[in-house]
Amino acid sequence: MAIVPIPVSGALVLQQLAQLVVNGLITGTILALTGVGVTLVFGIQRIANFAHGEYLTFAAYVGLLVNTGLSQNLVVATIVAVAATALLAVGLHFAVLRPLAGRGLVATSLITVGLGLMVRDVVFLVAGPRIRKLNIDQTAVFDLGFFRISPGQAVAIAITLVAAPAVAWFLARTTIGKSMRAVADNRDLAAVAGIDVERMGTYVWLLAGALAGVGGIMFAVVQGTFDPNLGFEVLFLIFTTVVLGGIGSAYGALAGGFILGLAMELSTWQGFFGGLEARFKPVLAFVTLIALLLYRPQGLFGKARVL
Amino acid sequence: MDLGNPAFWLFVAVIAGIYGIMALGLYVQFSLAGLPNFGHVAFMAVAAYAMAILVVRYDAPLVLAGLAGLVAAVILALVMGLPALRLRADYLAIATVAGGEIVRYLAMNLPDLTGGPIGSIGMLGPGNIAMFNGGWQAFLDAIRAALGRLLGPVPTRDAVMAALVWASLVVLIALVHRLERSPWGRVERGIREDETAVIAAGKNVVAFKMQALVLGAILGGLAGILLALEIGVFSPDDYSPTLTFYAYLILILGGMNRAWAIPLGAVLFSLLYSGTRFLNFFPLSLFDSGSRAFLRLFLVGALLVAFMAFRPQGVLGNRQQLLLEK
Repeated sequence: MAIVPIPVSGALVLQQLAQLVVNGLITGTILALTGVGVTLVFGIQRIANFAHGEYLTFAAYVGLLVNTGLSQNLVVATIVAVAATALLAVGLHFAVLRPLAGRGLVATSLITVGLGLMVRDVVFLVAGPRIRKLNIDQTAVFDLGFFRISPGQAVAIAITLVAAPAVAWFLARTTIGKSMRAVADNRDLAAVAGIDVERMGTYVWLLAGALAGVGGIMFAVVQGTFDPNLGFEVLFLIFTTVVLGGIGSAYGALAGGFILGLAMELSTWQGFFGGLEARFKPVLAFVTLIALLLYRPQGLFGKARVL
Repeated sequence: MDLGNPAFWLFVAVIAGIYGIMALGLYVQFSLAGLPNFGHVAFMAVAAYAMAILVVRYDAPLVLAGLAGLVAAVILALVMGLPALRLRADYLAIATVAGGEIVRYLAMNLPDLTGGPIGSIGMLGPGNIAMFNGGWQAFLDAIRAALGRLLGPVPTRDAVMAALVWASLVVLIALVHRLERSPWGRVERGIREDETAVIAAGKNVVAFKMQALVLGAILGGLAGILLALEIGVFSPDDYSPTLTFYAYLILILGGMNRAWAIPLGAVLFSLLYSGTRFLNFFPLSLFDSGSRAFLRLFLVGALLVAFMAFRPQGVLGNRQQLLLEK
């Protein structure tokens, strides 16, 4: 599997390492933010949301519409996309998922599979299967001495610096954030303690949708080009993040996302036994997941009792 | 392609039969034993690739290669089942999703072995055309010749294939139906309904779950092999993750807990799926034919949601035995 290492000097190997750390942190942020949404939705609503990837796709295309269609800048496009995706998530909650609640995990999963197909194919029908890009100069490179970043990555880093601390602060300090974690942790106990469980159910979709919106835009700018399969392709990595962190644990998903992002990128480092070929990165993630299920099924931060 | 073309409908019938066998595998795992498998397509893909690689690279006889394909599906079931079966059902769902993705990525990214995105035709590298179904075509032709001597007119290959696939489906459903009523089947249903009670009765629940998973994998592998033989040249796209959900939809359309309703589900699904390509009247004629493929998938999604919402037990199902509500 390992590529034949081209003889390189030590400095270059270290430079590659720095580059991979930057890439890994960006991928990690996307997985962490979207993973927090998926894991809290699972904890609070008991839904494994197979449509979550499509929320990312939806955000990317709303961003595209605002950015290139209405020729607004990326900041406006991101804000509109995040808001629209949050509304989509809450809308599907009220229109479909809440009326059909209580049907069991598999039934609800199949419903979300159906919803995902519908959203994805509406995007396909409206926007077409063409490969698209947001209005960023993808050819430019910022050379920061030890590593280089593309403008897309610069945007992603800017979003990371705003969104990741904001989410961590929200979960740790605000009443709503704490209530959400409480409901995800133990619904009955939270209800007895006076938390409005129904309301948290709505808020968690707003949060998950907004974070998926952030993730979708980040994914679109980092990847450069995208088509309507954007979100579906990353969905299983988000699920892996959630299991890695422990299903239902918000901090677990934050940590799991960064660990997975870094592990996937660093596995291609030449200093690491010549490095894994880039195309096998997702396989590494899924093998990690299966090994984890074998030895620590509750994930890094989960509790054994839920098994 | 017009509605009156019998060759087209024979093709639809073959695919419907193959999808029926695929859904029967899922039936054993999910409807009978209650195991949520969201990566069923992986068993199909692994079996098809193992068979094709053995034939193309090692000139294995088709029968042996097909059996090896089924063994490959069983091995995959063991690998996915060992970590996940001891855990809560959602973990099995996630492990099967991961297993399916690993298979798909490997098929895409090991072009020397699998032909990569080009598909099975590229298994021998660029410039060499790799075909694996010569033996199968010869077998079909032998049956045609025999039937020709017997009946007079010589049936087409498609007709023979359709008859073979549907005969297999009926026999396999009868077998599963018998198994279901055996002591083994009762234990599996017991696990589905109340695992703790079955443990208390002294049964090795993990072993029984593994048996159901493996049996479903064999049926899935068989469907995968038949699909490969039918389409001749296959690529990872022919084993896309959506196929698993087609299998669920077939179960739901027929009747979630009725093995003998699977043919009905398979036929309804195939009519819906291939029928949408004839939706070329106004206003749908505004979409070009490429877009209608997305419209079709949209309808599949809408149907899945609608059935789960209004008739989760399926057309012929029995609501009393509804396992989905657990």
